Amino acid sequence: MIVAREQPPSGITRASLWKDLRLEWRSKDAINSMLFFSLLVVVVFSFSFDPNAEESRAIAGGLIWVAFLFAAVVALNQTWAREIRNQVLDAYRVSPAPANSLFLAKAIGNFIFVSVLETLMTPLFVLFYQLRPLGPAWQLLLVAALGTWALVVNGTFFAAMSLRTRSREIMLPLLLFPISIPALLAMVQATTNILTGEGARVWIALLLSYDLVFTSACLLLFEVVLNAE
Amino acid sequence: MKKAFPILGVVTALLLTYALYQALVVAPTEQTMGDVQRIFYYHVPSAWTAFILFTINLIASLVYLATRKPDADIVALVTAEVGVVFCTIVLVTGPVWARPVWGIWWTWDMRLTSTLVLWLIYVSYLVLRRFSSGGETPMLAAALSIFGALCVPFVYFSIWFFRTQHPQPVIGGGGSIDPRMLHVLLINWLAFSCFAFLICWSRYRLEKIQREVEQAHAMQSLITPRRDR
Repeated sequence: MIVAREQPPSGITRASLWKDLRLEWRSKDAINSMLFFSLLVVVVFSFSFDPNAEESRAIAGGLIWVAFLFAAVVALNQTWAREIRNQVLDAYRVSPAPANSLFLAKAIGNFIFVSVLETLMTPLFVLFYQLRPLGPAWQLLLVAALGTWALVVNGTFFAAMSLRTRSREIMLPLLLFPISIPALLAMVQATTNILTGEGARVWIALLLSYDLVFTSACLLLFEVVLNAE
Repeated sequence: MKKAFPILGVVTALLLTYALYQALVVAPTEQTMGDVQRIFYYHVPSAWTAFILFTINLIASLVYLATRKPDADIVALVTAEVGVVFCTIVLVTGPVWARPVWGIWWTWDMRLTSTLVLWLIYVSYLVLRRFSSGGETPMLAAALSIFGALCVPFVYFSIWFFRTQHPQPVIGGGGSIDPRMLHVLLINWLAFSCFAFLICWSRYRLEKIQREVEQAHAMQSLITPRRDR
């Protein structure tokens, strides 16, 4: 007789996340496409804007986050691709596992992918724009983490929403961008302020509260979206 | 109930005519801006009507999530559609007013920017409605409506703080208003609200009939045996 051991929700999240990371490590599909796309975006921006060091500090915040936003959309679009191909979502719906565990696993996975991407892209930006922050550089890490989570948590949710819509790939940015506007403004302003040496505390606080509110909303409503039929 | 509609239609037509007369003829001419200012009597009531409709959309979405009543979903759809129309009127009359008075079509000030973001969020709501297929649409749309509502305070705060950091001329500043102008404004608002209610009601009936027809078709294809087997 086989007795299934009941998994705590965190165990399901960890298992799902570990599976995604392992699959990604073996195929490197998403990370390769995102990486090349990001490089292209950085190069195109460099042709479009050719600032000196002073000007670049004022606009780099915006440029960096637009590049990260596009890269995040590429990552988010493939979030559920594997699940759709193999009817995993149907299996998940009939299992007793809570929907939130799956959502968290996907969101954290996306966060890791996009963070790796940002880590690889940032030196390029520093190189091309001769960036040197005049404010505390550690705050940039905080802004990057909070900002990336804001994009990724809503993006994973909207990617699930777009699953059965027509034009799935374009649906995600159409839904994500309007809702992300306050977070985008905060990210860009915080980064610019840190680079130019002004205060970024209020923007960081705004990002933190945005993250808290929308993570809660996603966790509360994901069940609804997963089971909408 | 059926008789009320044409009666309301006539009343609305009379109200709108009266409001037009009040706005264009009776209202006193503004001191600095002259007759151009009369656009104010269309700009502001449209904004108030749009905000009320969006609030009703949020309430209907919450009711739908709680009770799954299809009527609540239809109310949400209807108020979103009409709300977007009124919001578009605000965004068009705003620049038309701004150009002759302040010399610019657009500026990223508090009011204009937050109205634009609200418009973007609700257009994305309508796009989701249009692109998603049958059964799941009401749930997804309800979830998006809640996300939009959660976003609104963030939009206002982030743009307000951005503007205190980068001040710009405020368009259509607040402050006191001549009581005669307020009187005309309220008459126009009443007329616009009746008109919005009329359109919503009409669209509601249309949507209800459309859904009944679709259901009848579906039932028909289930019951009627296929002859080519």
